Amino acid sequence: MHTKTIKQLAEGLRAGTFSSVELTQHFLTRIEKFHALNAFITVTQEHALTAAKQADKRLAEGNAPLLTGIPFAHKDIFCTHGIKTSCGSKMLDNFIAPYNATVVDKLHHAGAVMLGKLNMDEFAMGSSNENSFYGAAHNPWHENVVPGGSSGGSAAAVAAGLAVCATGTDTGGSIRQPAAFCGITGLKPSYGRVSRYGMIAYASSLDQGGPMARSAEDAAILLQAMAGFDEKDSTSINEPVPDYSRHLTESLQGLKIGLPKEFFQHGLNNQIAQDIDNALNEYRKLGATIIELSMPTLTMAIPAYYVLASAECSSNLSRYDGVRFGHRCEHPADLTDLYLRSRAEGFGSEVKRRILMGTYALSAGYYDAYYLKAQKIRRLISDDFQHALTQVDVIMSPVTPSHAFTLGEKTADPVHMYLEDLYTIAINLAGLPAMSIPIGLSADTPEAPKLPVGLQLIGAYFSEAKLLNIAHAYQQVTNWHQLIPTGFE
Amino acid sequence: MLLTTNDVKKIAYLARLGIEDHDLEAFTHDLSNMLNLMTQMNSINTDEVEPMAHPLPQSQRLRADNVTETNQREHFQHLAPHVEDGVYLVPKVIE
Repeated sequence: MHTKTIKQLAEGLRAGTFSSVELTQHFLTRIEKFHALNAFITVTQEHALTAAKQADKRLAEGNAPLLTGIPFAHKDIFCTHGIKTSCGSKMLDNFIAPYNATVVDKLHHAGAVMLGKLNMDEFAMGSSNENSFYGAAHNPWHENVVPGGSSGGSAAAVAAGLAVCATGTDTGGSIRQPAAFCGITGLKPSYGRVSRYGMIAYASSLDQGGPMARSAEDAAILLQAMAGFDEKDSTSINEPVPDYSRHLTESLQGLKIGLPKEFFQHGLNNQIAQDIDNALNEYRKLGATIIELSMPTLTMAIPAYYVLASAECSSNLSRYDGVRFGHRCEHPADLTDLYLRSRAEGFGSEVKRRILMGTYALSAGYYDAYYLKAQKIRRLISDDFQHALTQVDVIMSPVTPSHAFTLGEKTADPVHMYLEDLYTIAINLAGLPAMSIPIGLSADTPEAPKLPVGLQLIGAYFSEAKLLNIAHAYQQVTNWHQLIPTGFE
Repeated sequence: MLLTTNDVKKIAYLARLGIEDHDLEAFTHDLSNMLNLMTQMNSINTDEVEPMAHPLPQSQRLRADNVTETNQREHFQHLAPHVEDGVYLVPKVIE
């Protein structure tokens, strides 16, 4: 049951082949069995079985939405009323959210059955899931390899068949990079497409929630339920949501694909470059033409991103002061001591580094040199994308410079870890939608395990339907998205 | 290194973030490396470029001034480390 698509499961539920309770129990059993993956921070077993019973009732009554009775899980960044919402941090280890995120409400109303809350890098800061207070999730393709981050638990759970699909969030690549590392399909929507209400903030002008699933078809169904205007989010966009599933099967004849040459230079693993070539050949066969682009400002995306994201993080995380909720130190001597020690004890090293960096970049005397400069570069990068997307329908690139790395391999040097985000972060600066789809597996050698490879598809604002269409067309002629890691069949 | 341990101490205090003395060296080292990365931005000329704060050019929406939320003080105070008589408790600020 854990290898079926949402549509197949929906048919099974409606045909009475299995009930949502049986389906939910199947996934709960798998979560227990593969506990060592550490994909979940909280498993909401009772909640899930109650929701499954309700789903079965709704299905019996007829007219239930497509996701009714489908077991999925939320990244632990989405507030869930009455359920621990930790954001991967000790700071929120005792935080029982007093309200639901809009995305949580929406999926609840769609009838989907929440299995639990997924592991993640603390406050979504990280590219390996190793910054989680609850320990790193593992990559189902190899236990010593990272699942990517920050939505590492989401990617690991979907790849291992512990949930049909999952929510993720993406500030600099946190949906796309783990999707690539775990061989699943992930979509970061256009900024403003999915409500951020109740999604714990890291860098508010970059954060965006999106679907993580086993195929573009499933991602389209999940996005359909997540997307839409929300008056509770002041940056939500009031644009109609298209029927994503209806556009999936459109022809790619005449599609123009742009390749920014800056994304194919030094640093890209040869085998990944080869896999991308092969994928591009499939697209040629589907009727696409390839056009080389030059987007010189892309190389400035990493420094600009880490200034802006750190600056926004330092302001957003100032709310964790040990007074109204979250961790508080024991026996504070005075108010300042309360702040200093509560925050020192509640935050991990990476979060501290970014708070410090952001505080510095925003402080008097340095604001223009760092923050303002980065905002100007952000404009140039955004203009570069806007210009490129007038020449082509979609931009394609690697998602990551290399395959998933070993646990512990990059933790010693934060800057080294940041360079992992080379291909994904410019897209967040521009606010555009982008996907990662699996397009290959590395060779199996004694030294290195077989690991998935992702291809990034980048589109114009609100072109999610087009991106899903382009991804789906590829998945109709290839089977990379159907591969299952050994041991999880 | 671009920063000294004293700089980091000052920044940490601005951020109200306690840093243990034995961690200062490491933070100073890491932050200096991060700043090094960021100075790469200076290789691009950005005179005449309008800074971009947000991906979509939009103004804040306005709404009618109606009450839309109910007061949930007690519910929220359940989450607090220390409350008494409906107020959040912190160490004495004024003697």
